Amino acid sequence: MSIDLSGLASYGVFLLTLAAIYGVVSLALNVQWGMTGLFNIGIAGFYAIGAYCAAIVTTPPSPSHLGGLGLPFGVGLLVAMAVSGLVAFLVGLLTLKLREDYLAIATIGISEIIRLVLKNEDWIGNGVRGIAGIARPLSANPLVYLAVVLLVLAATYLAVERARKSPWGRVLRALRENELGAQAAGKNIYRFRMEAFVLGSMIMGLGGALYAHFIGFVSPEAFEPVFATFLVWVMLIAGGSGNNKGAVLGAFVIWLVWSGTELLTNQLPADYVTQGSALRVLLIGVLLQVILLRRPEGLLPEERPHVGASPASSAEAEDEA
Amino acid sequence: MVSIQGLSKAFGGLQAVNQCSFDIPAGGITGLIGPNGAGKTTLFSMVAGAVRPDSGKILLDGEDVTGLPTHKLFRKGLVRTFQIPHEFSRMTVRENLMVVPPGQSGENLISALLAPGRVRAQEQAVRQKVDDVLDFLQITHVANELAGNLSGGQKKLLELGRTMMTEARMVLLDEPGAGVNRTLLGKLADAILRLNHERGYTFCIIEHDMDLIARLCQPVVVMAHGRVIAEGSMDDIRRNEEVREAYLGGHAARKLDEDAKP
Repeated sequence: MSIDLSGLASYGVFLLTLAAIYGVVSLALNVQWGMTGLFNIGIAGFYAIGAYCAAIVTTPPSPSHLGGLGLPFGVGLLVAMAVSGLVAFLVGLLTLKLREDYLAIATIGISEIIRLVLKNEDWIGNGVRGIAGIARPLSANPLVYLAVVLLVLAATYLAVERARKSPWGRVLRALRENELGAQAAGKNIYRFRMEAFVLGSMIMGLGGALYAHFIGFVSPEAFEPVFATFLVWVMLIAGGSGNNKGAVLGAFVIWLVWSGTELLTNQLPADYVTQGSALRVLLIGVLLQVILLRRPEGLLPEERPHVGASPASSAEAEDEA
Repeated sequence: MVSIQGLSKAFGGLQAVNQCSFDIPAGGITGLIGPNGAGKTTLFSMVAGAVRPDSGKILLDGEDVTGLPTHKLFRKGLVRTFQIPHEFSRMTVRENLMVVPPGQSGENLISALLAPGRVRAQEQAVRQKVDDVLDFLQITHVANELAGNLSGGQKKLLELGRTMMTEARMVLLDEPGAGVNRTLLGKLADAILRLNHERGYTFCIIEHDMDLIARLCQPVVVMAHGRVIAEGSMDDIRRNEEVREAYLGGHAARKLDEDAKP
């Protein structure tokens, strides 16, 4: 077997770009689940909204789907985030005052509805044929786009990490640990839940928009729960729920495992390829089980922010000792 | 300070609290006692805004606060603790307390992201306040311990500490002494008295430990089967026939009297 070096390099860029996009979505889930304990199993829905918004806002005018506004990349990202956030807000209004299991049911329901509407309502996104011709910003060169995605990932990481370390993030953790306690500490837990849910969903929409510009094409089948929801959960749990570095690391590791097994199954005789790809899903499931049993805190466990005594009092403590 | 007027609450067919009325006088330490299942904790939950009453009114300084959510009551200075401590287990003791102060600018996501300087300055002030509270409760040595690792008694102190992190005026303590060893219990009682004297906290305390009630509380309110059956000083309560009936059953109470005779 001869190795085509340039082919390998471009495959590497492809892999890294998708891993970085998943990193953004994994950070988003960490805001909702890792930091706040909100059980969102409808990531795919917000991801799809982001992707379609980007497509509709940035592609040239077309009779086959909504929009075609021909606006710049940046506007697409902002619209993607705004619409995902708005949908999250509406879902939140209905579910965040209820017990947490209702959020899980509602989110998976909403994400499936979004996918089915996109599939059947041709006027929105051209149905199963999807929207093509979504351009990359600056240049068609995949290396340039990888740089753009890495930049967005870095910015998202810094913002989310700052939020986590702030008093805002502290209230989220408190309410994750003990809802009644947070309430008794005077916090409006509904407000904080809503903020975390909306912020996370906006970032999921951002991830979807990055994905649309990378592949250049969106269609409903890209937003099956297995790829867009389940895989992200495995990434966050494997990387370390509650830890933003872990969320990003998990995205890269799991995406490499996932793609690596695709290379393997492609080597199988044609008759077995279908079974092989089903086995990949099974493998990821088994991997998740092993992680949960052997290392439930993930590769990078949640770090405790260092909150040492204020300088004055620690000096006193030493005096006493 | 707090006036409870004809408060009722039923859970399904169980009338947990039935037409309860009494006042919690400002500046005092009111005891709330009664056998298990008398409806004391449900009453607390209603006053603290966690459970909505079916009927009746709660007045805080003359203002009708019935049905207000917990966080709004908190802002008015009404704070409660729990019988079973509700600490944030995977956060340090220090963080547990730092969560509490209301109106921190860093709790606003936008300023948390965009005004880190102001947030940092405020964090410094909050941290100073935490140090004072830890010092007051004499639990500075566990400041950086995860709250989930504390002993039962230390968790109770932490619950009390939480009420000290805000401008509380009215504090509801649900069985602060339950599961606390004698030494720590003394410390707890001292802390309550000091908060009452020095900071003017008004307390209402549910407690089964009669020594603690006798030491701290005046007046004492007795509940049984969802109703208030007696109110007065601890001595009045001790002599009250209906109270003894409720706690011991009439026969046992009479037997106790006979045994006590020389």
